[in-house]
Amino acid sequence: MAKPIESGVRREPNRATIVALGSILPVLLLGGWQLAGDMGWISTLLFPTPLTIAETFVRLVSGGELWMHLRISFVRAALGFALGTGLGLFFGLLVGLFRRAERSLDPSIQMIRMIPHLAVAPLFVLWFGIGEESKVLLIAKGAFFPLYINTFLGIRGADNKLFEVARVLGFSRAKQVMRLVIPSALPNILLGVRLSLGVAWLGLVVAELIASTSGIGYMMSDARQFNKTPVVFVGIILFALVGVLVDVFVRLLERRLLHWREGYKG
Amino acid sequence: MSQSRADQLDIRHVSKTFITQKGSVHALDDVSLRVREGEFITLIGPSGCGKSTLLKIVAGLDDSYEGDVLLEGRRVAGPGIDKGFVFQEPRLFPWLTVERNIAADLSLRDPGVRKRVDELIELVRLQGFAKAYPRELSGGMAQRVAIARALLRSPKVLLLDEPFGALDAFTRAHMQEVLLDVWQTNRTTMLFVTHDIDEAVFLANRIVIMRPRPGSIRGVIVNDLPYPRKKASSAFQEMRFRVLSEFEKPEEPVAADWAGL
Repeated sequence: MAKPIESGVRREPNRATIVALGSILPVLLLGGWQLAGDMGWISTLLFPTPLTIAETFVRLVSGGELWMHLRISFVRAALGFALGTGLGLFFGLLVGLFRRAERSLDPSIQMIRMIPHLAVAPLFVLWFGIGEESKVLLIAKGAFFPLYINTFLGIRGADNKLFEVARVLGFSRAKQVMRLVIPSALPNILLGVRLSLGVAWLGLVVAELIASTSGIGYMMSDARQFNKTPVVFVGIILFALVGVLVDVFVRLLERRLLHWREGYKG
Repeated sequence: MSQSRADQLDIRHVSKTFITQKGSVHALDDVSLRVREGEFITLIGPSGCGKSTLLKIVAGLDDSYEGDVLLEGRRVAGPGIDKGFVFQEPRLFPWLTVERNIAADLSLRDPGVRKRVDELIELVRLQGFAKAYPRELSGGMAQRVAIARALLRSPKVLLLDEPFGALDAFTRAHMQEVLLDVWQTNRTTMLFVTHDIDEAVFLANRIVIMRPRPGSIRGVIVNDLPYPRKKASSAFQEMRFRVLSEFEKPEEPVAADWAGL
């Protein structure tokens, strides 16, 4: 086989190298942590060693407890996310497309946006009880705004020159929305989806820590009361893992839907 | 071109004043022009002579003017598919492939549309690029997509606003040939704005020369050189001089210009 010409071409590092580069820091950190715990430099009650956490994780998985909590949390987050982003998209489109809707709705929506989660959480519990409704609604409230704002921005950022083209080609109002407004707002909409996912996740923790008898958040606050620190760590790691997985999914979606764009890749 | 054929496009005493915060600009002053079906007209003049403004008025994109624009006897009321428009930039939808850009709001699943799109891709010489995205195209290719898109709806008149202005000289020469090809195949009436004299002489049956401040028609030159035209031929150069000398003809003095000072 002929040797590839290397001059002037930046060689792409192979997969293994990329993974190795990315794992240097976490591996060092975990190793140091394990060592510090074993040597008694840090309190294993406050900082259980990675191995203890792993053992706890395995125990919780094999006991079926973890799956139960995870499933409940996931369903809550998914419902809240679907409700919040559904409404966010609807109102974002409405306010983005119609000036009159913007004038009458946007100021109120912006006001509600500024109210922090923690401030309304007790009120939600009072209104909707400690059942699923209050949690789902709290998550939905969080997920609503990023998508709402980004959909609005995406629509208003549509290129005016393309609207002129649509007029010349005689697009109907519906076609204008479907073929021009939504596609050009799509990058922003997907960004909104990603941000909404993050906020939905956050809302889930708030909801489950405040009033709940199940879910990952409950598992964590319950463990905290009994000083079962490893379980708290397992909960944190789970939140991070599921968060990353969902984000990867959205990014795949982004790549599929936005492959027509050519961006800077570094 | 038979003289008996009725005027397809009739521009009657069109005037236009832009009103801005700093005052008003008289962009067009009493412009009248009659265009017969199948004619290739180029509008040429320095920047600020209102040629693009006139084109937008004919397209129906601008409706605040005085006078009348009639297309086949009917007053133009807003943009529509009977008037194709090619902008200075291609203005393609970046999320659509070449073939879907040409189809735009029409569905490629419609066999009639499919057939027309394929024909147009061949006409503008883009075979093999049907599935490409705009970012993968050169400027000339993108502009050919824009021309095909404007032609798909079989407009009565195609309006082109300096469509090749941003292209390099070689691409531009190629595009001019493609456009003549399209015109000779479809016999669509063309109204072509340019500031390039060679381009105007190469393409048009009639060259409309405009002057600025206020924008108005200075003269019309009938260009009956046979197609295909050779830019290096002496007949072509002669026609070019005729257009140039029209620009250099002294203006009749305008007393009002001095009176105000």
